[in-house]
Amino acid sequence: MRYSALSILRHALSGNRGWKPAWREPQPKPHYDVIIVGGGGHGLSTAYYLAKEFGIKNIAVLEKGYIGSGNVGRNTTIVRSNYLLEGNIPFYEFSLKLWEGLEADLNYNAMVSQRGVMMLAHSDGQRDAFARRGNAMRMHGVDAELLDREDLQKMMPYLNYDHARFPIKAGLLQKRGGTARHDAVAWGYARGADSHGVDIIQHCEVSAIRRDDKGRVTGVETSKGFIGCNKLALATAGHSSETARMADLRLPIETHVLQAFVSEGIKPVIDNVIVYGGGHFYISQSDKGGLVFGADIDYYSSYAQRGNLAIVESTMEEGVSLIPGLSRLRVLRSWGGVMDMSMDGSPIIDRTPIENLYLNAGWCYGGFKATPASGFCFAHLIARNEPHHVARALRLDRFERGYAVDEAGKGPQPNIH
Amino acid sequence: MASLITCPHCGRRPREEFSIRGDAVPERPAPAASEEAWHAYVYLRENPRGKIREYWHHVAGCRRWLVVERDNLTHEVFAVTDARDMANGGAA
Repeated sequence: MRYSALSILRHALSGNRGWKPAWREPQPKPHYDVIIVGGGGHGLSTAYYLAKEFGIKNIAVLEKGYIGSGNVGRNTTIVRSNYLLEGNIPFYEFSLKLWEGLEADLNYNAMVSQRGVMMLAHSDGQRDAFARRGNAMRMHGVDAELLDREDLQKMMPYLNYDHARFPIKAGLLQKRGGTARHDAVAWGYARGADSHGVDIIQHCEVSAIRRDDKGRVTGVETSKGFIGCNKLALATAGHSSETARMADLRLPIETHVLQAFVSEGIKPVIDNVIVYGGGHFYISQSDKGGLVFGADIDYYSSYAQRGNLAIVESTMEEGVSLIPGLSRLRVLRSWGGVMDMSMDGSPIIDRTPIENLYLNAGWCYGGFKATPASGFCFAHLIARNEPHHVARALRLDRFERGYAVDEAGKGPQPNIH
Repeated sequence: MASLITCPHCGRRPREEFSIRGDAVPERPAPAASEEAWHAYVYLRENPRGKIREYWHHVAGCRRWLVVERDNLTHEVFAVTDARDMANGGAA
């Protein structure tokens, strides 16, 4: 069923009783060409592009919970491509271009809002670093503008410009960045994949990966029985080490919990996405009026989808230090999602040393914005057995070869990327 | 929630006093060990869900390095040992 203004009107006239579920709930077939483990944003977008762009029809997505229960529904919904490094910029820019055409492509309102992403600089050195980053972006054809304090004061009068420790010196603006409605992204991709014949199988947990005597993957044991496949694709960020272990792989990843928060709804005040450079804090205002914000991970390894109060406190402190008016607001809800923190802060989209096994992992803080490109590039890799050109730096073996993509220059310490 | 850690030197202290280094299981290879051994030590992690050992540094307390044994799903803390004692063969 194609959604349109006319279909809304027609269904309204018949009492909205004719709407169909957006995707089927099929039983698994005995065998698929491609099985994708993980029905999050990345798994669903991989299935969608595999079916639509790469002509593979016999695909299943296995999800241990329900669609939207993982990190695709647990993020701060920011989309941007303001990266520094050669290995990252073209990938995230490809993703942003896919975001720009996503709703027309999916026939689904993902509420993509290019409201601009502003990164604030609080010292002369940080302003220089942002000028360099902006230049790197522009050399790759990505929009970037370095704004001075006066420009910012006109755009965002409510910020604390004269903070004693972190005065605001400048801002790097990417106007094409913004936000998207995270649940709608999951639902839109699920519906799109389903309409191309992908079987989305919820509440189906993979417990083992079956391999033949030559070591090749032949299928998975699940809570709904054995399902065979020609190719197996893992898209289980947060739990990648656990799923990879089923194939005896050790990954350059540690799992950490990242918290996010939403305030009570207020009238429109924050027009853009603002990123605080004095610490690590990012905030935007949802269309319902709540302020959506987050900061750092909890620093210790955690598979629990809940966080500690020390980080809650420091997040609130950062927010109030940047926007003093926040102290008057009440926080409505907070939640946590578990992240694959990789050893260089960048993701992995690659084949593995095991035949027929493909890996999509290591998304750190940045999985949501990458959802479209991650799926597209992973689909390209699975279908053609070679990396998409914008994702060729995101290899699994880059650490042993000495080609880490370390955006922040922090070294192999996963909890500080 | 791993918000209180019982330091063997300082007693029960809040999480804010500590800085966390990460996995305490990998053992540093000999300087001349193979590239594979060094790659595995620096980059590869078991990263299990459940019981783990992690280096915590009591930066705002005794400044000792500690090994915290805990469950990273339930946040139950089983033991906190001075890293020196751990290196010398287990709990002091």
